[in-house]
Amino acid sequence: MAGPINWFSQIASITKFGLLSLPQRRGAVAATVIGIAGVVAVLVGVLSIAAGFRQAMTVSGSPDGAIVMRSGADSEMVSGLGRDETRVIADTPGIARTAQGPLASAELFVIIDLPKRSTHTDANVPLRGVEPAALLVRDKLKIIEGRMFEWGKDEVIVGRGAAQEFAGLEVGSKMKVGRYEWPVVGIFSANGGVSESEIWSDAKVLQDAYNRGDSFQSVSVRLNSPDAFQAFKDALTSNPQLNVQVIRQSDYYVQQSEAITRLVTTLGFLIAFLMAIGAVFGALNTMYSAVAARSREIATLRALGFGGGAVVVSLMFESLALALVGGAVGAALAFLAFNNFHTSTMNFQSFSQITFAFKVTPALLVRGIVWAALIGLIGGLFPAIRAARMPIAAALREL
Amino acid sequence: MKFLHLVWCNLKRKKLRTSLTLLSIVVAFVLFGFLSAIQQALVGGVALAGADRLIVRQKVSIINLLPISYEARMNRIPGVDFATHQTWFGGIYQDPKNFFMQNPVEPENFLKMHPEIIIPPEQVKDWLATRTGAIVGRRTANRFHWKIGDKVPIQSTIWSANGSRTWTFDIVGIYDGKDKGTDTTPLFFRYDYFDEARGGWGKGQVGWYTIRIKDPSQAADVAKRVDAEFENSPAETKTEPEGAFIQGWASQIGNIVFIVAAIMSAVFFTILLVTGNTMAQAVRERTGELGVLKAIGFTNGRIVTLVLAESCLLTVLGGTLGLGLAWLMISRGDPTSGLLPMFFLPVRALLTGFGISIVLGFVTGIFPALQAMRLRVADALRRM
Repeated sequence: MAGPINWFSQIASITKFGLLSLPQRRGAVAATVIGIAGVVAVLVGVLSIAAGFRQAMTVSGSPDGAIVMRSGADSEMVSGLGRDETRVIADTPGIARTAQGPLASAELFVIIDLPKRSTHTDANVPLRGVEPAALLVRDKLKIIEGRMFEWGKDEVIVGRGAAQEFAGLEVGSKMKVGRYEWPVVGIFSANGGVSESEIWSDAKVLQDAYNRGDSFQSVSVRLNSPDAFQAFKDALTSNPQLNVQVIRQSDYYVQQSEAITRLVTTLGFLIAFLMAIGAVFGALNTMYSAVAARSREIATLRALGFGGGAVVVSLMFESLALALVGGAVGAALAFLAFNNFHTSTMNFQSFSQITFAFKVTPALLVRGIVWAALIGLIGGLFPAIRAARMPIAAALREL
Repeated sequence: MKFLHLVWCNLKRKKLRTSLTLLSIVVAFVLFGFLSAIQQALVGGVALAGADRLIVRQKVSIINLLPISYEARMNRIPGVDFATHQTWFGGIYQDPKNFFMQNPVEPENFLKMHPEIIIPPEQVKDWLATRTGAIVGRRTANRFHWKIGDKVPIQSTIWSANGSRTWTFDIVGIYDGKDKGTDTTPLFFRYDYFDEARGGWGKGQVGWYTIRIKDPSQAADVAKRVDAEFENSPAETKTEPEGAFIQGWASQIGNIVFIVAAIMSAVFFTILLVTGNTMAQAVRERTGELGVLKAIGFTNGRIVTLVLAESCLLTVLGGTLGLGLAWLMISRGDPTSGLLPMFFLPVRALLTGFGISIVLGFVTGIFPALQAMRLRVADALRRM
């Protein structure tokens, strides 16, 4: 007896019946599919904000990069280092060197008010003063328009994200900060990293503009290798001349993004979870009415000898199919609407704006489809069990 | 009204379908309440801003400080009632995750400027008598179980107290907010203690000023006069009404209103389909009965009303349950542990939600209702 084969052919034929009858239940089917598509689109969309933010942060930090700040400072904003300290830091062994000297850039970090293009309200835009080694410390940085600023001149280059989000940062325009005007001479990209939110100038010029004397806020360095980090860190923290903390660049950016990622993921999951519950009810509704509409047909099949298990499985298939279509539609919608959507937000740690793009990653798409499948399975299970348990005689009598 | 029973019985006919539809509506309104609370937490401060208060900050950036001498100069500007200042302290209590704001202020002027801060007079007296005294909002006090008399150590990321990063404050008062939306997370301590204890850097400088103006309708003129007063000085100012300041701050986080609106429309569009589908099914099943009702003399208007009443009853019931549930969930507090201090469900949102539930009932019911109205008695009865 070819039991299993028979069972599978039963499932196949009931499923076929179900799927063929879908057009007759257009309204209910559409409600389920669109409902699930909505859940998946919102889930993927909201989580793509967090993913994009995290990605901007992670591409910024390379494992052989490190940042040195005053100990106790939780961001560059509140850190402070004197010229004598930055010199000691730059001379510490472990830092990669070129003919021009160590790959260490002592930097200044301030924020200035510039209007957002979208809302015309002021935003805190980071302005960073750097030393010549900065471009080698962050090797992903490329000038994509105009030219690099001249050292010693009051010129600035602007990150691609900042140029997009904030008004008045085109090459050739003049950026007004207090009583100073800084010509914008170039736009740079940094592989989508945090630097793209920033405006860069010569640290010395910025020190003068801000009456900072010869003080800095942080030193960014590039090490010989990722493994050199621990020795470099120990050398600095045990140096009695210094009172600093050393953080791997990648860890620093993760720290900086923690608050916003936590906010977006917590809220995003809560919203998507609630929506999923709503969608389960919608799916249950559709499948229950499908079962009700087909109760006679199912009873007939059962009377002909089709098994209860086959009925359950095939109804689950039907519900799963609807859910997967909904999930695919939702994921596609989220991808089209949100992937690479540029925006900016406040980095709570440094009070400055960070520009980034939403990222609908493959992992998020998979997660969306998995949620859809779960909704479909839960929505199909109970109606399917009811269908299988229906007393055959009673259902046939309805005929 | 006498047909309410009939409407109710119709809903009860397919209990399972009705309850599943009802539950989806409930979920939609829980979401609505939840998103309203998020929006309130992020941008709600604007509505509570004092119309007679201006915020003065350094023109280049809020992180740049302003001299303390500006206070006296502001007080002399026509239209200004008085000015007082605050400074960002940036302290951490035990763990950076325990974020709340701490600012040094001048106690008397500060309390005069902010009548929304409610604190017993004897606690104010203690504050004025205790140099290291601080007052803290109810929410933060509850969060860390602080009581009056406690000594609280706070690490400042920016300022050192006599060479040390740890500042110790004596809690002398716990304040409440006048409105539900008043933020009762900040801690306020005395500027004189702060200025004396902080090292050389920043001495005599403050973060920003708040100005009380005599006539709110003159806000723009007074703001212009303030900025003109400090023009061409090393620390130029930017003055704007408190509401605009908060709005600007909120829009730095992102376009929250837009995101919330986008999610809500996705949610309600879905619910519209689910409920609309249920109502369409219900009317289709009852074609015969509707025919009988018409045959015994029910007017078209009455038929439409019956169907609409049914859909509205369903959505209003779901809406009320959902909003109630949201209210219960939200009163348990901020789900992000500290990032959203003003997380609550405003009454305005409850009313809007209720309104939406009626509209939803109407929109989902109107097409099935019209369909029922257009039924010809003979056709309908034949289908019985």
